[in-house]
Amino acid sequence: MNFPVLSAIVLAPVIGVLAILLIPEKEELLIKITAAVATFISLALSIFIFLTYDRSVGGVQFVESIPWVDRFGINYTLGVDGMSLPLVLLTSIVIFTGVFASWDMHTRIKEFFIFLLALVAGVFGVFVTRDMFFFYLFFEVAVIPMYILIGVWGSTRKEYAAMKLTLYLLVGSAFALIGIIATFLYAGAPQHLGYLTFDIEKLATVHYDIAFQKFAFFLMLIGFGFLVPMWPLHTWSPDGHVAAPTAVSMLHAGVLMKLGGYGIIRLGIFFFPEGAKYWAPLIAVLCIVNVVYGAMVAMVQKDLKFVIGYSSVSHMGYVLLGIASLNSMGIDGAVAQMFAHGIMTALFFALVGNIYHKAHTREIARFGGLAHQMPRVATGFVIAGLASLGLPGLNNFVAEFLIFVGSFTIDKVVLGFIPFRALSILAILGIVITATYVLRVVQFVFFGPRKEEWDHLTDAKGIEMVPIVILISVLILFGLFPAPMTDLINIGVEPLIAKIQAAQAIGGVF
Amino acid sequence: MAEYYLLGVEIATALLGLILLVMGLLVPKTHNKGIANIAIIGFIAIFGVNFLYAGTNASFLNGMYLIDPFSSFFKGLLLIAVFFTCLISKDYILEQGYGQGEYYSLVTFATLGMMIMVSAGDLITFYLGLELNTIAFVILVAFRKNCAKSTEAGIKYVLLSAMSSAVLLYGLSLVYGATKSVLLTEIAKIINQQGIQPLLLIGMIFTLAGFGFKVSAVPFHMWSPDVYEGAPTPITGFMSVASKAAAFAIFVRFFMIALAPVQETWVIVITALTVLTLVLGNLVAIPQTNIKRMLAYSSVGQAGFILLGMVAFSKLGVAAIMFHSLLYVFANMGAFGVATVVGKSIGSDQIKDYQGLWKRSPLMAAVMLICLLSLAGIPPLAGFVSKFYLFTAVIEQGHIWLAFIAIGMSMVSVYYYLIVAKAMYLGQPEEGAEPIKVPGSVQLALALCLIVLVFFGVYPTPFTNLVLDVATAFFPF
Repeated sequence: MNFPVLSAIVLAPVIGVLAILLIPEKEELLIKITAAVATFISLALSIFIFLTYDRSVGGVQFVESIPWVDRFGINYTLGVDGMSLPLVLLTSIVIFTGVFASWDMHTRIKEFFIFLLALVAGVFGVFVTRDMFFFYLFFEVAVIPMYILIGVWGSTRKEYAAMKLTLYLLVGSAFALIGIIATFLYAGAPQHLGYLTFDIEKLATVHYDIAFQKFAFFLMLIGFGFLVPMWPLHTWSPDGHVAAPTAVSMLHAGVLMKLGGYGIIRLGIFFFPEGAKYWAPLIAVLCIVNVVYGAMVAMVQKDLKFVIGYSSVSHMGYVLLGIASLNSMGIDGAVAQMFAHGIMTALFFALVGNIYHKAHTREIARFGGLAHQMPRVATGFVIAGLASLGLPGLNNFVAEFLIFVGSFTIDKVVLGFIPFRALSILAILGIVITATYVLRVVQFVFFGPRKEEWDHLTDAKGIEMVPIVILISVLILFGLFPAPMTDLINIGVEPLIAKIQAAQAIGGVF
Repeated sequence: MAEYYLLGVEIATALLGLILLVMGLLVPKTHNKGIANIAIIGFIAIFGVNFLYAGTNASFLNGMYLIDPFSSFFKGLLLIAVFFTCLISKDYILEQGYGQGEYYSLVTFATLGMMIMVSAGDLITFYLGLELNTIAFVILVAFRKNCAKSTEAGIKYVLLSAMSSAVLLYGLSLVYGATKSVLLTEIAKIINQQGIQPLLLIGMIFTLAGFGFKVSAVPFHMWSPDVYEGAPTPITGFMSVASKAAAFAIFVRFFMIALAPVQETWVIVITALTVLTLVLGNLVAIPQTNIKRMLAYSSVGQAGFILLGMVAFSKLGVAAIMFHSLLYVFANMGAFGVATVVGKSIGSDQIKDYQGLWKRSPLMAAVMLICLLSLAGIPPLAGFVSKFYLFTAVIEQGHIWLAFIAIGMSMVSVYYYLIVAKAMYLGQPEEGAEPIKVPGSVQLALALCLIVLVFFGVYPTPFTNLVLDVATAFFPF
């Protein structure tokens, strides 16, 4: 057996946790270095698999499988395909930069990094596992550390936000759990597979009858929709983003929300293509609310972090739009958008965290002309803002373009009178609102006359520059050379599209 | 000639109880520290003896007493629970300053009573075991004789359990009247022949009420918060796991073997009981401010989860009941272990006094967190796996709505467990709060709980295979 790369990616943070447990609390620097090393190992291995994934072969690669609970057909199976690989890479980039973004923290460092790394191990696990039991297991592992991370190290109504977030996510996972168990039992019945298994590949070969597909896809949609977050299940997310400490916000908005999108695609569309066709119009309508409503709300926020929080709600709407289009362009775009948005929003939060750490406020109205004192931060913010509104040359443009083209090619009518195209036009118009709120923040916070009140602020330098530089480089790199990423995603999405095309057309929910 | 060797575990336990009692009388008060150790070592030895019976499937005295894999499993569980109880009690009882010998011998006899319950093959043997364990528990609950609450709890327990025993006994006598047999297997045969009669139905309902009291299912749960609060904390832990597990063992045996032919009838009542227990137990736990009361309601809620396995009425259901009961031992004993030490050192069982426990004792805060999360069913802890099996069992039988309620209530339980986590981790300790010293024996107990919960949460295979094997052997269908 070859070197288990994927296990190493998941276990590197776990070993980091164990190492940190042994380090005395006073050795803050050592703890931070340990965390950085652990996440660097994951990052290096993720880059390694990104480069060595055999694109001519496709499919699931780097497979590892160990029988776990054979009576229930649970196997510890890991493997990545074109869809999960970008998300693994995203996770490792965000957490690695997140560790550096938390370099200035000094309270209860030891516990902070223990919970942070435990959380990340869960997230990695979700993206690399090919077993539905472990999928859910890792998924839940990512929730509880979040509660403590936000509750202890957060700001702005942290206890409320932490509890709200945890309960919302758990309610979501309750729906997903029932869907998972029902699917497992349905597939294991004698007339289907005849044996119990949680293997995602094998479960996907079962043909589920239409009624079951409608039911199970709905459960998955609600379950993972909480996490995406799909309107109207989104209210936990801006509160959570705002309350969380910088690294957790980065991870939360950058990666955790993608678990939802990934779950809908992997356990929803992949198993239940007909169910997906049935519910797609609902997703399409709700996601437009996400895009437009999220952007409108972002426009009127007073707190810098709330702007980014609602912008995430808005941008994740594009992911859902891509998913709802159910064609190759659309889903390619959805996955690409998950990657692009993850990097971009992590950059935003790193920058806002930097400002907040020095200025101890995030109120937009109090700032002005910060570009004088913090030119590097301002540059980073402008780049992230331009990425956010989809400027060509940056990563997000590619993704959003794919989504718009994908959704525009659909010649259907939802709700009896709204053409699907009208929805995609609305989504494109969302970009205009995005531009408005991004430019508003850039203008009021960074430009304008110099304010002496902020003269004491120092620009980002040294270690603080690590996350900024890395994230901007990734945005530009995949913006200018999107092919390695989009090709890879396309390889991963192909089998999914084949299933969708083979599925019989049934009328949608509207 | 009866085969007395089959009773090895029970005989050893009875002997241990007597030895402890005599030692308590003979050894002078100044030198009786070691009694706890004798009990602990004794229980480890008996646990070893229990292993000898792992594959035995025999009956004693024509089916009055059963030594089968099912009863051996539950005896192992009881021994683990009593082992943890002794570890946690050691310093606690030493500080009480009296009754070393009595305490440990009563604990041992309570265990013996529960062993008889789980092995009972007929109604009379079962009742015998039940009474032995109840009487021992009554004294143990009232053991803090200088504390009004403890005495009150003892009185409450003796009155209410006397009443429930009466109801149960009346029910059993009606079942006997209807079927003319006290042997569980015979009862099943006769019911198969003559079908259901009104007399049997009434007997069944009364018995169910009696069992409901023992497992503290709603609406028969009223005693448990008061008794749990008043009893010495290690005893509360012991009752909440062992007494409940033993009652569930005989509950399962009685309803799934003796009353199996009338399953369609009782499942309706038990389903109603399950829903009530799940909903009420978990919702009422939310406003509790005392950790022992909170854990009492949480254990009512847990009884609801275990009842799911009875509703499922399948191999997987029984296996899930066993798995859940076993891992519940570790989670609950860990939580009560922490509650014992904290309660002792700060003199309060209020949840708000757990403020900043992470600083005063990182070990206890971590163990409490892990135990509560395991009770809540959060992966990768053992409690998740057992709940997963329970939910699978009910969904397998098509009760998706019940699974919705159960999982919903499981999420509710996360809320009240997190309230404790919040106090422990989010709060700051009061000014000048000293670190809390954890006695060595408790440290051992806590570390064991922690390891078991994490290890079997990540790798549940050994226990899963064990309980499935036992459930397969146990179920005729």
